[in-house]
Parts: sequence; C-alpha cells; structure tokens
Amino acid sequence: MNAQLMRWLRLLAVLGFFAVPTLVLAQLTQSQQEEWLHTPAVASHIGNLTGNANSGTVKYDYRRYCVGCHGELGDGNGEVAQWLDPPMWPKPRDFELAIFKCRSTPTGTLPTDEDLYDTIGRGLDRSAMPIWNTFTNQERADLVAWIKHFSPRWQTEKAGTPIQIPPEPEITPDRVKAGQDVFARVQCWKCHGVAGQANGPSASTLTDDQSRPIAPFNFTDGSRPKCGSTDQDIYRIFMTGLDGTPMPSFADNIKPEEAWDLVFFLRTLQPHNQYNKREKEIAKQLNLKPLNALKLSQ
Amino acid sequence: MRIGTLLCVRRFSYVQSFATATLGLIILFLSFTPSANALPAFARKYGLRCSACHETWPILNNFGLKFRDNGYQLMNDHDAPIWQNPSYWPVTFRITPIWHRLSSLNSVDTYTNVSTTLPEGTLAVQRITSSGFDLSGLDFHTGGTLEKNISFYVLPSSDPTATFHFETVMARFDNLFGSSWLNIKVGRFELNNLLSEKRMVQLTGNGGIYQTYHFIPVGDGNIFGQMGSNQLGMEYLGHSYNDRTRISAALLTSSDGNENLITGANTYNGFFTFDQGLDLGKLGVDRLGAYAFVGEAATYYRTSSGTPIPGSGITNKGFSREGFTGQFYFGAHFDVNFVTQHGSDNAWFGQGYGNPINPGSAENGIPSCPTSCLANATPGTTLPLGSQAPTWNGYTLEARYVYSPQLIFIGEFEAERMSRQANGPGYVPGFTGPNGITGAAPSNLGNINNYDGLIRYNPFMTSRAGMALQAEYNVFHQVGTGPMGANTNTNELLLGLDFDF
Repeated sequence: MNAQLMRWLRLLAVLGFFAVPTLVLAQLTQSQQEEWLHTPAVASHIGNLTGNANSGTVKYDYRRYCVGCHGELGDGNGEVAQWLDPPMWPKPRDFELAIFKCRSTPTGTLPTDEDLYDTIGRGLDRSAMPIWNTFTNQERADLVAWIKHFSPRWQTEKAGTPIQIPPEPEITPDRVKAGQDVFARVQCWKCHGVAGQANGPSASTLTDDQSRPIAPFNFTDGSRPKCGSTDQDIYRIFMTGLDGTPMPSFADNIKPEEAWDLVFFLRTLQPHNQYNKREKEIAKQLNLKPLNALKLSQ
Repeated sequence: MRIGTLLCVRRFSYVQSFATATLGLIILFLSFTPSANALPAFARKYGLRCSACHETWPILNNFGLKFRDNGYQLMNDHDAPIWQNPSYWPVTFRITPIWHRLSSLNSVDTYTNVSTTLPEGTLAVQRITSSGFDLSGLDFHTGGTLEKNISFYVLPSSDPTATFHFETVMARFDNLFGSSWLNIKVGRFELNNLLSEKRMVQLTGNGGIYQTYHFIPVGDGNIFGQMGSNQLGMEYLGHSYNDRTRISAALLTSSDGNENLITGANTYNGFFTFDQGLDLGKLGVDRLGAYAFVGEAATYYRTSSGTPIPGSGITNKGFSREGFTGQFYFGAHFDVNFVTQHGSDNAWFGQGYGNPINPGSAENGIPSCPTSCLANATPGTTLPLGSQAPTWNGYTLEARYVYSPQLIFIGEFEAERMSRQANGPGYVPGFTGPNGITGAAPSNLGNINNYDGLIRYNPFMTSRAGMALQAEYNVFHQVGTGPMGANTNTNELLLGLDFDF
C-alpha cells in the first residue's frame, strides 16, 4: 500500500469519526420525530379546526415554506440560517427545544395551539419570519401540529394555561404617570432606554438563551411589537415574558393594574398610531419627560 | 484462459467499473442536491427560499403574489434598503440556451433531395424540419425597494442578436396612507394578469406566449389589445391585508407598449381586474376572477408625402377583451389555471386599419409591405360591403403537477375560435379588402389550437443561483394562415437550460 493511499484512508477515517456519529444522531432524531408524528399529542385544536400532522400536504407545505430556515429536523438549521445575522436578523426558532417567545401561557410552559397559529399568521417583525396569512386556516392548523412533532416536550407536557387578562381600565393621566413609575421601578429602561429607544445601558450586552446577540424593542421607531400590537398583546408580554430572550415575565413583580399602567405609559413612547391617540394626548397634557437615566442609576 | 476470454473479462470489468462509477456519481449528485429554491435577487435579501414565493421559479404562488402586491416587501420592518448589507445588489441574470427541433410548413420551390414529382421551380407547400442549438436571449432583472413602500423594477432584455430593449421599467408606491388598498404603479409593466405570461416557463416560440392574450383575427390591424404585452401607463392596485381580494385598474396608452407615441395620439385603454381567493381548507387558496380590457386606437394617420406621420392618429375606434380567470389548487401538488376571453374589434380594425407598427404584417396572415402601404382610413374612406366587427372566443388551460418545487410537469392547451369574421357573408366575392382577404372569410379562418407539455427539473436552486433543465414539446395549429392558404402547422421539441444567478 503506498503512502498516498494511506493518507486518503486516514482522511476518510477522520471524516468517518465525526460524520458517522452526526449522521446516526440525526437519524435517531428523525426516527423519534417520525414516531411522535403519529401520537395524539401533536394534533392541534384551534376553535373548530383540528390540525393534523399527517394531513398529507402539511409536510409538503413545511418543506416548501419553512424548511429553508427551520431545517428538516426543525432545529433551526435550515440552509439559509447561516445568512441570518443576529441581532438584525434573529436566527430561526429551534422547534426541538419548543421554547417560544409569543405565548399566552406563563413563562417556562408550552404555548397553546392558538399561540402558534397566531404567530404563523402574524409573522414576527424585524425577523425573517414573514406574515404567513396566505395559508388557509386548515393549512395553518396542520402546520401547528407539524411543528409539535419536532420536540419531545409535547409528548410529556401539556400546554400552559393562558394567563387571565383583566378588563382594560380607563386611561387617566394618573395611570400614565404611574406607568412611568413602574417603568423606572422594574428597570425596563436598562434595556429599552429611558425614552424607549432601545439604548439602555444593558442593551448592547444582551444575548438570548443560546448566547446570540439580541436587541431590545425600540418603542420609538414605529415597529410593531413581535407578539401583537393591541393593548392586550403588550400586557401579555409583561406577564408571560418572551421565553428564550432576556425579556422576563413580570407576573411576580407587578400587579395587574400596574401592568395596565405600564401599557399606557409605553404607548406614549410610540409614534402616533391607531392605538395611542389618547395616551399621546395625555403625555402632551402632562408634558411628560423621559426619566433621568443618571438619577435612576444612583 | 484464452486471451480472447481475458480481454472479454477485462472489458466487462471496465464496463462494470464505468457503470459503478457513473451510478456512484449519480447517487452522489442526487445526495448532495440541495432541496432549495430561490430567485437570487429577493431570496438573498430576505433569506427565504425561492419555493416560498414560487410554485416553481418564476411562477408565483399565493405568497409570492402577496409579496409582489406589497411592492416586493414582506412587511416585516426590514423592507427598506437601509437594512441590507452594503454589498447587496438586487440583480439577477437569466439566460436560456436551448436545443430545439422545429418542423413547420413552408412554401418551397426547390426540391433537391426531396421525394416529389413536382418540377423544380414550382411553388408548393412542403414541411421543413430543422434543428440546432439556440438561445432565447438574456434578461437582467433588477428590482427592490428604494425606501419602505417605494419600489422599482427594471428589466433590460436582449433578443438573441443582443439587441437590448427595456421590457419593464416601473416604480411602485405602495400602501399609501397605510392602506393596502392604495398602491400605484407607473412606467412600463406587465398587466395584472392572474396567469402571468412573463412568468411562464414555456420555451417555445408558440407556447412562449399565451395565444389568448395576443389573439388577433387574420388581417386585423388592432395590435393594441394584447394583454400579454407589457404596457405603458399607470396602474392602481388594491388588495386585502392577506391578499385574498385583489382589484386593479390600469390606464394605458394605446401603443401596445411601444414608445414615442408612434401608434396614435390621445388614445387610451383601460385594463380592469378583480379576483377573489377562497379558503378551501386542505385544497388551498383558490382564486376566481374577471378582467376587462377596453379602449380605443387610431385608424387614420395623417400623412406627409403619402407617409403616415407618427403620433398623428385620429378617427379612433373601439375594441374590447373580457373574460374570467381561475386558479384552482387541488392540494399541494396539482393545480389548474384558466383564462377565458371574448374579444371584439371594431369593423375598421377588422379590415386591417390601425396598425402603424407592422402594417400588413405577415404575422397577421397578410403579406408584409412597407410602412407606406398602411391601410389608412383617410376621410371619405368607406368600409367594403359586408365588413363587420370581428368577434371571437378563446381560452387557455394550464395544468401543473408539482412533484416538488424542483420538479414540475406542465400541460397547456389553448383554443381560439372566431365567432364572426371581419369579412362577413355579404362581402363582395372576389374583392380583396385592406386586410388582404379575398371575399367572405371562412368561419374558421384563424382558429388556433395550441398544445404544450413540459417537464422542468431544478437540480439545484439555492438562494444564490438556480438552474432548470427542461424538456418540452409543442404543437401549434392555425387555420388558413400557413403558406399558400394552407394551415399553419408546426411542432417543436425543445431541450433547454434556464438558469439565473
């Protein structure tokens, strides 16, 4: 055997050493996912719709529309994931972990089927996740079921119970001011900045739970919040947190009425939109100024 | 062992090795074929697979339609170019080299190597078959956003002789006042056809256009009602947030997209569309719509020393095209698209008046002649006895089986049927009018049947480049427009490459 042949064999052996376990692992994951596909736990229920992960078309839809980012195994390693550079372009969600930002359920729990259904239809602003509202309702429900077959969590855990959102109180100047106090007390400004411009002292150091850079939400540039734009959606974000990101749940730190105050105050930071006419008027009337960052730091 | 046996064994061993190696290469090739599909210019920008927007590139699916209707935006707050990498350049090149074998009828008077009893020099209809490598031209697609809700598309396109023209030049202003119902487009652009001719994958010259979009009765001089051609004008488009409901109205100059107002003056036409997407559950979002193309064009051009003056058209006459469109998905793999058309031209067009671009064009079934022989409706001109407004009906049916975004089968059938000829029953027998047809026209003159079938396979198509291999067969049949009054009857086999990068 000549030396050149030996070199090739050695190279093959090294490649095999790394490649074989990777392939075996991928195969195991895939075969497990195949099993989960046929369990009742992955079926989705959204209103009158029942989503089926074995519908025949859902696999095709996933391959056509989703696999480029989320990958064949749902691990967020699709072929274009490499081109998405956080924080400007967040990396695709890893469905194997089953950790989702937009939930109506308490932090650490699985989202409801409706949560996933709404996320697909709403898209995620400031990311590569488009608004997929061109699917039929049934196709969307089927995709929810398909997403659930990627992670073992859906086999062993139930979705969390959605948090209760009390009725929205009437906006008053006192409530807006109280909201600013909450903003200072729970230190929202540390990430979001005193004027909500995403330039707080911690903003540049933030990473998600996979140590990838992540940017806080900028209230002032007219962007839509990732998990919905209504007052209820914003309230929900405080109380459930955005799992997988540095945005925690404040359910244990602020009372429901305080959360509403905070919603009203945050509306004053946003540019004029369909939701904040009254809040902007009150801010003008109060001559509301941004907090003093220096004072807050002391 | 005898030497012969040894050689035989060795040869077998070579053959076996070659076969094994080939098989190995094929398996390797298929194993490493990424299942991505992407139009590079936009896919690069958004990091999305091409299959997200295209049924197969470049045919749009519902999501792609919404993306286009939003002015090439995903509406995810990253649409403005400020979010792009500075090195991003929204350009895609597309070129389609082909090999084809074309068989068509011609009038021939030389018979070398042809089995015929006709004496040399006698004009007769013969079928001629030719084949060879060819090129369909080169397109430079560039498009994208200039600012949020302001976008552009420019498409310089060359023919096989490298003569360039601007196929598309337009700017769009979308979501005006924050409403998806207010979008304006100006420039030269494709009309809002649900079944897009500019996005069809057919390579053949016959199937490469939709006959329904371009049909003109034999001898007719109205070139202005061709809804497949890119037109000059402005378009209003409105659509619901999820793009289920779409309406559009375009105001166009009656020039068939030609510049410099050479086809007339102060003549316009309007193109109106409406379509509604229906949520059919597992079948998908199916669409049903209607369109109308109505307008006027000049039939008389003032002359200077007998030559028509460009842009001097008057004596406008009307025309209309209207019909239904549909796009029916039957699950993820199969869909059927159709367009119907009822067309009508004024009797003056029917007699050949109106076309100053290709007066008496051979394509319209009458012999070509120089510009000076333009049929001109000068004051005092009367229509020949028996002239009538030509009308016709037609439809295009295109069925697609999408095995995967990388492999698609398409079957297309088109039928165009004259219902009233310009030279009616009372046309003076033996009289040859301006449209070149002698006497009353047969009721089926100009009827078309067009069949096209193709297989298109994308061995790869990443978000950076793509390539398709295509095999296609086309049969085209038109009554009475062939040489010496015969039917036009062509068939074509094409093997081509379609790639963009």
